[in-house]
Amino acid sequence: MYEYNQFDRDFVENRNKQFRAQVERRLDGSLTEDEFKPLRLMNGLYLQLHAYMLRVAIPYGTLNSRKMRQLAYLADKWDKGYGHFTTRQNIQYNWPKLKDVPDMLDALGEVEMHAIQTSGNCIRNVTADHFAGAAADEIEDPRPTAELLRQWSTDHPEFQFLPRKFKIAITGAPNDRAVVKAHDIGIQMNRNEAGEPGYRIIVGGGLGRTPMIGKTVREFLPKEDLLPYLEAILQVYNLNGRRDNKYKARIKILVHETGVEEITSMIEEVFEKQKSLHQAPPAEMIEAIEAQFLPPEFDTRPIDEDKLSKIIAADPLLRSFVETNTDLHREDTHTIVTISLKPIGGTPGDATGDQMRVMANLAEAYGYDELRISHEQNVILPHVRRDDLPEIFKVLKDAGLATANVGLLSDIIACPGMDYCALATARSIPVAQELSNAFEDLKRQKDIGPLKIKISGCINACGHHHVGHIGILGLDKAGVESYQITLGGDGTETAAIGERTGPGFSYEEIVPAIGRIIDRYLELREDGSETFLEAYRRVGADPFKDALYSSEAENA
Amino acid sequence: MARAFTPKVVTANALLEGDVIYMKPNGEWSRLHSEAKLFEDETEANDALAHASEQASLLVGAYLADAVKRKDGKPEPVHFREVFRTKGPSNYPDHGKQAEL
Ligand code: SF4
Repeated sequence: MYEYNQFDRDFVENRNKQFRAQVERRLDGSLTEDEFKPLRLMNGLYLQLHAYMLRVAIPYGTLNSRKMRQLAYLADKWDKGYGHFTTRQNIQYNWPKLKDVPDMLDALGEVEMHAIQTSGNCIRNVTADHFAGAAADEIEDPRPTAELLRQWSTDHPEFQFLPRKFKIAITGAPNDRAVVKAHDIGIQMNRNEAGEPGYRIIVGGGLGRTPMIGKTVREFLPKEDLLPYLEAILQVYNLNGRRDNKYKARIKILVHETGVEEITSMIEEVFEKQKSLHQAPPAEMIEAIEAQFLPPEFDTRPIDEDKLSKIIAADPLLRSFVETNTDLHREDTHTIVTISLKPIGGTPGDATGDQMRVMANLAEAYGYDELRISHEQNVILPHVRRDDLPEIFKVLKDAGLATANVGLLSDIIACPGMDYCALATARSIPVAQELSNAFEDLKRQKDIGPLKIKISGCINACGHHHVGHIGILGLDKAGVESYQITLGGDGTETAAIGERTGPGFSYEEIVPAIGRIIDRYLELREDGSETFLEAYRRVGADPFKDALYSSEAENA
Repeated sequence: MARAFTPKVVTANALLEGDVIYMKPNGEWSRLHSEAKLFEDETEANDALAHASEQASLLVGAYLADAVKRKDGKPEPVHFREVFRTKGPSNYPDHGKQAEL
């Protein structure tokens, strides 16, 4: 876990002090809202539909038990006893009072957390694979690179006023769990022919109004060239990015309009200059960062496999949990546990203060004090011994946290939508809840197999609907909520933007419509092993459109 | 051609909690839509909005929202967004205004 140095501490403390004074001046009327708004946004404070919302950064989704307990404390003391984990690996508090926010920020500062730079046209919180440092398929832990990028971009004078906000994601593994192709810059660790680790650099991905899959501008970049190369990308963007039109200002538009070859040569040209000017970060600094992310000393005593498999076999719920919510760890005595924040009928990504404390306790007792937040709005225990699974499962079950649905239909991503978000054009959370209720039987979900449903409440696409196998976008159609469906999206290394099926469905119609898609998939799949996405890629959109719209016509 | 004026209420968010508020007939603020004054005259509505916008130490983001008169004479929101604003989030019936309704 990265620990603040004196510079970081002073920086955050000063910002909190400044903001406290700004809030006081707003409350006594000496600052107008127009003056105050940019200041509060810089500190992660939004005004939403029913209340303020504080968005707290969780850099690369990494937490320890102390931080998680403090998040629980904030939820209980200043909010309504819960927090909402987002697709940006942040946590949002939906009910803070303006006068309390400075205290909340101080409390976060006590555990080296903050809400800075979670908005504005700057480089946002760098996101990373939530299995970083644990996954069996990993080349290297991507978090030291993510942390280097955080230090480099925080308050970097050149990058505070970019044409638009800028998002970077990084994965250390060939299996992309960080949706790197849907970010302004995606970084994927790889190796060259000599076997040395480096980076594939992908530029110009993004969702929102104009969804695009990022393009590879560099197949292999030696590790030491990363910062000058990214500076070259940002310079090209800063100089050429469109500032005249908010909707065309993201780098994806620049890449699209310029073409990948041209943009690549522009970047390479600046990079050549940058490289000679650039002072590489001192080796001690890199080493110091890497030291903060050293893997724990794994307890590798052999596992009594016989005993463990008997315990698992004897408990069908545990067996189901192990099948669905665990992943391969780089140490074979260990496993990765995903704690689903998607109870049947619940709000995706919400955890109560009590649940946060339970997860913190588990991390401390069984997980080398490590926790992660995934962009899929779940919480990860990245390192646990496999023979601790029965005990962990029991504790999770008692806390209502043992839903065995990771990767299945009810593991839905949903943005806050019109239940909270001031920008929303329709609700998304209740659609997720109703879908989850309609398919509550986990056996049935297992039979349907891996399926990613992602829901956004407006075109900004915080719910990543474009890369959902089934994407749902809520719109306002002449004063009525209307839901547009996309199919075949994919957020992994085989990334694809989903295809729109046709006219949208009303709030009442959307869940039955998804039901018809699922039924059609079950009819046409070759066998139980052909996933929804595979089937879609084989047969295309037509059979699903037919299921969606012809039965509607029949009923009409 | 200018669009015909439709009745409006003046609404905003309270500065302290961010809660949704509505202007009452006496110019004070209420948390309840049913207590809002329904402006049926355009000039009056605009004047009220201008007056609201001056109250920077009380509220944020005042605007005019469409509303209609119910049978009992009280105003009722038109757009679904405004309906949600009178209640609170649909995923927690005990959060927001609806908790007290
Ligand atoms: S997608 Fe739209 S509605 Fe959903 S959180 Fe983002 S801005 Fe809000």
